[in-house]
Amino acid sequence: MSNPQLVMYDEEFQEINDVIGRLLKEANAKVIFLVDKNGQLISGVGETERFDTTSLASLTAGNIAATGGLAKLIGEKEFSILFHEGEKDNLHISIVGGRVILVVLFDSRSSLGLVRLRVKKSSEELSTIFEKLMKKSEEREKRGSSEFPFAEITDDDIDNLFS
Amino acid sequence: MSFINYASREINCKIVYYGPGLCGKTTNLQYVYQKTAPDAKGKMISLATETERTLFFDFLPLSLGEIRGFKTRFHLYTVPGQVFYDASRKLILKGVDGVVFVADSQEERIDANIESLENLRINLKEQGYDLDKLPYIIQYNKRDLPGAMPVEELRRELNPTNVPEFEACATTGEGVFETLKAVAKLILIDLKKGK
Repeated sequence: MSNPQLVMYDEEFQEINDVIGRLLKEANAKVIFLVDKNGQLISGVGETERFDTTSLASLTAGNIAATGGLAKLIGEKEFSILFHEGEKDNLHISIVGGRVILVVLFDSRSSLGLVRLRVKKSSEELSTIFEKLMKKSEEREKRGSSEFPFAEITDDDIDNLFS
Repeated sequence: MSFINYASREINCKIVYYGPGLCGKTTNLQYVYQKTAPDAKGKMISLATETERTLFFDFLPLSLGEIRGFKTRFHLYTVPGQVFYDASRKLILKGVDGVVFVADSQEERIDANIESLENLRINLKEQGYDLDKLPYIIQYNKRDLPGAMPVEELRRELNPTNVPEFEACATTGEGVFETLKAVAKLILIDLKKGK
């Protein structure tokens, strides 16, 4: 498979939120999202309630996928940073650890330079956490998926969803 | 691949509707969107041309309810059906958990169906997937049209492996939810196996 299944645990979730929470303050950003390359929202901090986060995640992933396709066409591996400038708000999108997407939304209270600088530092921390996370889920998978919540579901459970 | 979040107790899965141009993929999603309770769905996004042909994808997030304390969410995507959008179609298949192939039942579209199905198999293979191992459903759409081929003939051409199949008329909604439920169920059964 191209990408192994992403599994998130409480401990790493907390660590990730700490990192992006700090980035939010240090970069003077409005909102920060972490999105899986497949379009699933992993987490968000800041004024998240103002945005349709699910749509945002899916479109960001589509955006990264499309620019990734462009990159390959011209012989690049990927474009690791995208920047969208608006009248008031701007988006800084970057790829972390090859598989997750970090989205920083900021306005004139911050600047592209500051965001780039802070994102760089946070990206390294996030990469480490995601590496740890991947190892952890691989190990758990090897040990068998006994704690996997779906191992014990019955056909009735599934049918009940659609009743 | 599905995303399991123990922290927020959520499971997210991705379903892709595939098929030739104008077969009714977007119409399927539009019907699901219209008939779903507001609290169970998010906004439907369509990246389409001015003539309402899908340019990149349609996207509809649905939440189905809880299984054993885990919220199950399905993200429905369509691909652009027109042949020359192949680069975009490949991108949308990334991370897919289940596929619905929407076939156009009209006789004059049988070649387009076959071509699209072959294209699906090739594009999946490029991403490291095997269509025969994925949760996969076929929908024979446009059954209401006078030029619709008999299902037996469509089956012979498009469903040699005998995957679950449904007859539909996406504009009136006939067969739409049956298709969606069937693919969602296959995905959950797959997850249960802990694949």
